[in-house]
Amino acid sequence: MEGTTLDRRPPQTAPPSKGFRRALLLVERVTKEAVWDCRMCGQCILHSTGLSCPMRCPKNLRNGPCGGTLQNGNCEVVPEMKCVWVSAWEGSRRMPLWRDHILHVEPPVDWRLQGTSSWENLVTGRDRHVPSGWTGQRPGDPEPRA
Amino acid sequence: MTDRDPSSHLHRLLLAGEFVVTAEMQTSDSADPTHVTELAETLRGRVDAVNCTDNSAAHAHIAPMAAARLLLDQGVEPLMQLVCRDRNRLALQADLLGAAALGVRNVVCMTGDDVSTGDHPETKPIYDIDSVHLIRMARIMRDEGTYLSGRQLTDAPDYLIGAVENPFAPPLEFRPMRLGTKIEAGAEFIQTQICFNLEKMRLFMARCGELGLLDHVWVLAGVFVPNSAAGARYLRDQVPGVDVPDHVIERMEATPREDQKAEGVAIALEIVEAVRQIPGVSGIHLMTINHEEAIPRVVEGAGLLPRPPVSALGGA
Repeated sequence: MEGTTLDRRPPQTAPPSKGFRRALLLVERVTKEAVWDCRMCGQCILHSTGLSCPMRCPKNLRNGPCGGTLQNGNCEVVPEMKCVWVSAWEGSRRMPLWRDHILHVEPPVDWRLQGTSSWENLVTGRDRHVPSGWTGQRPGDPEPRA
Repeated sequence: MTDRDPSSHLHRLLLAGEFVVTAEMQTSDSADPTHVTELAETLRGRVDAVNCTDNSAAHAHIAPMAAARLLLDQGVEPLMQLVCRDRNRLALQADLLGAAALGVRNVVCMTGDDVSTGDHPETKPIYDIDSVHLIRMARIMRDEGTYLSGRQLTDAPDYLIGAVENPFAPPLEFRPMRLGTKIEAGAEFIQTQICFNLEKMRLFMARCGELGLLDHVWVLAGVFVPNSAAGARYLRDQVPGVDVPDHVIERMEATPREDQKAEGVAIALEIVEAVRQIPGVSGIHLMTINHEEAIPRVVEGAGLLPRPPVSALGGA
């Protein structure tokens, strides 16, 4: 390889076609809605919340339960539903990986991503955009890519 | 618990190691400013700071910023509560800045009771950001001198940042860690949900101690003064997240109606005595429902009078 220069530029790929993106969105929606009752926020943190979708919380809480959890562990707003964060805590204890990610400070939701594919946003790094003034990084956390 | 030069009376007392007393003022539905000052009159000089609630129980009331300013005019230190239920991040930042400009030096950030519990259940709840975001946003404005967007403030606000935590609701094991998240976000003190269950309170505080949280936050234990057996039952059955043990209800029910108010004060005094013994508890936060006159009795009964004098309220 002596004398050659490696081309380290990312491969030039055509932007995914509209059809492909729609198919991806459909697959994500159908599978994640069926399995996790996903609300398609477009910035998935299921791995940090014990696989309990935080957007199912009527208050959309991303950083833990509110103070209104009933003594039986159910939601104050929907008393027949188990509190999303009680499920999240229990789920996080069963996770082989990322079990302590439930302690991370999650940044505010970017509501523009509602209804978009979190898989696409993960690949493009779009889901790691945070407001410029947000200083939510914990020491040791990877730098946001975007 | 930063070493900033405190501009808040409450902050100065906490730094001095004083066992502090705060209380929640009954909110006002009046456009007459004297109504707020009359409500606060029972608490003046009996507590160190007074919470101005933000549409409590999801019922519309006077704006906490306005109530806070009216208290300041009367020489009473306010704590302004802010909830995420009714405002998006723009409005919350506007209120944090505006309150600071009006002399408010303590804010308490929380999610808020859901609209379904209030008298406008058909309204659109906001929940743009959660309480941890609100705490961090208040901290960014104060310490970084910018809005959440990164845009520079002309002058940064100066306030002590508070939060709430409920040591009595599931998931109990997670609650101390959630307090850790709030501290990491920027909370400097917390007011707890109403404490009747001392066993849970002790476990919570012990766990917070193990996690090293108590060096970073002042904990004010929430204490409720029941005024009747019916009031205690209401709290247990209608207010989500409050743990009222059966023995408290039974004790109120066994008391003749005319003595129930005194019994409520006695119950509150026992809780105050007990929480004062718990390591890491820096003060109490007193709450009642239509029983404000009981608060001075509890403070006096607990031997916490006189309160340290207030100086330079709302100063820079």
